[in-house]
Amino acid sequence: MARYLARRLITLVGIVIIISIGAFYLIHLLPGDPATVILGTGDSPQNRARLYAQLGLNRPVIEQYFVWMKNILHGNLGTSFISQVPVWTTIRAALPIDLEMIVLSQILSFAVAVPLAMSSAKRPDSWLDRFLGAFSFTMLSIPAFILVVVLVLVVAIKWAVPHTGVSSYVPLSQDWVTNLESMALPSIVLAIGSVTVYYRVLRSDLIATLQQEYITLARSKGISQRRILWRHALRPSSVALLGTAGVNIGGLLAGGFIVQYLLDIPGLGYTLVNSIGLSDYLVVQGIVLVVSIGVIVINFVFDFLITLVDPRIARE
Amino acid sequence: MSSSLELSELVEEATETPDGRRLGVLFWVCVGWLALNLLAALLANVLPLPNPLTQNYNVINAGPSLHHLFGTDDLGRDIFSRVVFGSRVSIEAGLGSMVIGFGVGAPLGMLAAYRRGRLDQVLTVVMYVVLAFPAIIATIAILSFWTPRTLLKIVIVIGVAAIPLVYRVIRTATLAVATQDFVVAAKVQGASDTRILVRELLPNVAPIAVSFLLIGVATVVTLEGSLAFLGLSVAPPTPSWGNMINESRTILQLNPWLALFPAAAMCLFLLALNFIGDRLRTHFDVSEGKL
Repeated sequence: MARYLARRLITLVGIVIIISIGAFYLIHLLPGDPATVILGTGDSPQNRARLYAQLGLNRPVIEQYFVWMKNILHGNLGTSFISQVPVWTTIRAALPIDLEMIVLSQILSFAVAVPLAMSSAKRPDSWLDRFLGAFSFTMLSIPAFILVVVLVLVVAIKWAVPHTGVSSYVPLSQDWVTNLESMALPSIVLAIGSVTVYYRVLRSDLIATLQQEYITLARSKGISQRRILWRHALRPSSVALLGTAGVNIGGLLAGGFIVQYLLDIPGLGYTLVNSIGLSDYLVVQGIVLVVSIGVIVINFVFDFLITLVDPRIARE
Repeated sequence: MSSSLELSELVEEATETPDGRRLGVLFWVCVGWLALNLLAALLANVLPLPNPLTQNYNVINAGPSLHHLFGTDDLGRDIFSRVVFGSRVSIEAGLGSMVIGFGVGAPLGMLAAYRRGRLDQVLTVVMYVVLAFPAIIATIAILSFWTPRTLLKIVIVIGVAAIPLVYRVIRTATLAVATQDFVVAAKVQGASDTRILVRELLPNVAPIAVSFLLIGVATVVTLEGSLAFLGLSVAPPTPSWGNMINESRTILQLNPWLALFPAAAMCLFLLALNFIGDRLRTHFDVSEGKL
C-alpha cells in the first residue's frame, strides 16, 4: 500500500511540474511583447520594473521559468495590473465558494444517485429501471449551460424569485441562510449532471455484483434485501463510482465557471471569465495553475479512496 | 464538409448487421435527424432563408409566426435562419477537431497496439501525460491567451486535446483484435504490415471508432457552446447556437424563444449523436456478455 501510494505521489509531482511549465508558457502565446500586453493601460516604468522582477522577462526563457517558479513557491503569483490586488488574494477569496458549491452538489448527488441506482439494480428491466435509463440518457445530452438557462427561466418567471447578483452574495460565515439560498440553484444544476453519471455507473456495477455467489448465499440465509444492498453489495460495487466521482469533481472545479458566470456566484470560474474579459492575464494564469493542480490532487485523493474500498488494487 | 460525407458512409458500413440484430426505429430516426441537420447546414446558402444578419427594427422580439417560424430576436433578425446558419459553427467545430483527433490519434493507437514494444511504451506514457491536463481548463487558458480567436484555432486546440483520448480508445480496441488467429494467419502468409493494418485490423476497429467519433463530436459541440458563453468562441454577430443562447441571457424573460430554439436544436442534435454512438457501441460490443 505504502509503495503504491509513493509511486502515485511521484507521478503526481511529475505532472504538477509539467502543468506549471504549461501555465508558465501561456504568456508567451500572447501576440507581440508580453509585457506590453499584460500591462495594458497600466504601462508605466514602475509597473514595468515590477513585472520584469516577477517574470524575469529580460532573461532567457528557461531562467524565466525558474524566477517565476521561485516567486510562486514563496506564495507570490504576482499583482494584477488592473485591480492592483495580489493574484493570490483574489484566488484565496474565491476558492472557498467553489469548494462549498462542489461539496453541496456532491452531497445532493450521492443522496439521490445511490438509492436510485439500488432501486434500478434490484429489478433490472422493470418500468422504473427503463424510465430512469431513458431519463438519465436524455439528461446526459443536455449541456450544463442550457440547463441553467432553462432553470433560471422557470424559477425566475414561474415563481418570481429575484435574481441574486454578485453584490448580494453573502459568505457562508456571515449569514448561512442567505448564503445557502444563493447557492441552491448552482448546486442543484451541478448535481443534476453528477446524478445521471453516478446513477448509470453504480447501477451497472450493482447488477454485476448482485449476480455473485456470496449474494445468493446471503439471500439464502434470509438477510433482508435492504441489508444486502447497503452492507454486502454497495462497497464492492463502488470502485468505478469513486473513479468516476474523482474525474467528475475535477471537472466541476474546472467546468463550474459556466454556472457561476450565469448565476453571478463570485467563485474561481466567475473570476476567471471576468479576468479573460478584462485581459487580466496574470490572474488568468494564476487561476489556471491553481485549478489544474486542484484537479490533479482531487484525482489523487480519489485514487486513494479506491484503495481503501478495494485494497487489492494497491497490491497489483 | 467532405468529412460529413465520409461520416455517413462509415455509419452505413458500420450498421450492416453481422448477425441480424436490429438497431431499432429510434436509431434510424436519429440518423435521419442528423442527416437533416447536416443537409440544412450544407445548403443553408441555397435554402430560401432570410439573411441571418439582416436587422429589421419593425419586428423586434416577435414570437413564432408564419413569416418568422421561430420568431425574431432583439435586433429583428430571423431566429430560424440564425439557428440553421448557427449549426455550421457547431458542426464545423465538432467534425474539424475530430479530424485532427482521429487523424493523429487513431493511426498512432493502431500502430502502437500492433507493434507493441518500445514504440508502444513511449507513446502510451506521452499520451497519459497529456491526458493528465484538465482539458477544459487548458482549452480556456490557451484560447484566452492565443488571440485573435478564430474557429480554426478553437478546432486546433480541441483537436489536439482529443488526440490522447482517441489514441487510448483505438489502442485498446486494436489490442483486442491484434492477437486473434486471422491476424496471425495473415502474418504467416507473409502479408506486409501495412496490409495487415489496413485490410485486417482497420475493418474490425472501425465500428468502435465510429461510435467514439459520434460521441466525440457531441462532446466538442457542448464544449464549443460553453466557450461561446465565455466569449471565447467565434465573435458575434456570426450566429452560433452558443452565441445565440448567450445573447438571450439578458432578455430571457422578455423573449424566451430566443433561448429555447437554439437550446432545443443543440439538445436534439446532441441527443441524436449520443444515441447513435451508444447504440453502435452496444451493437458491436462482443465482450459484453455476448460470448
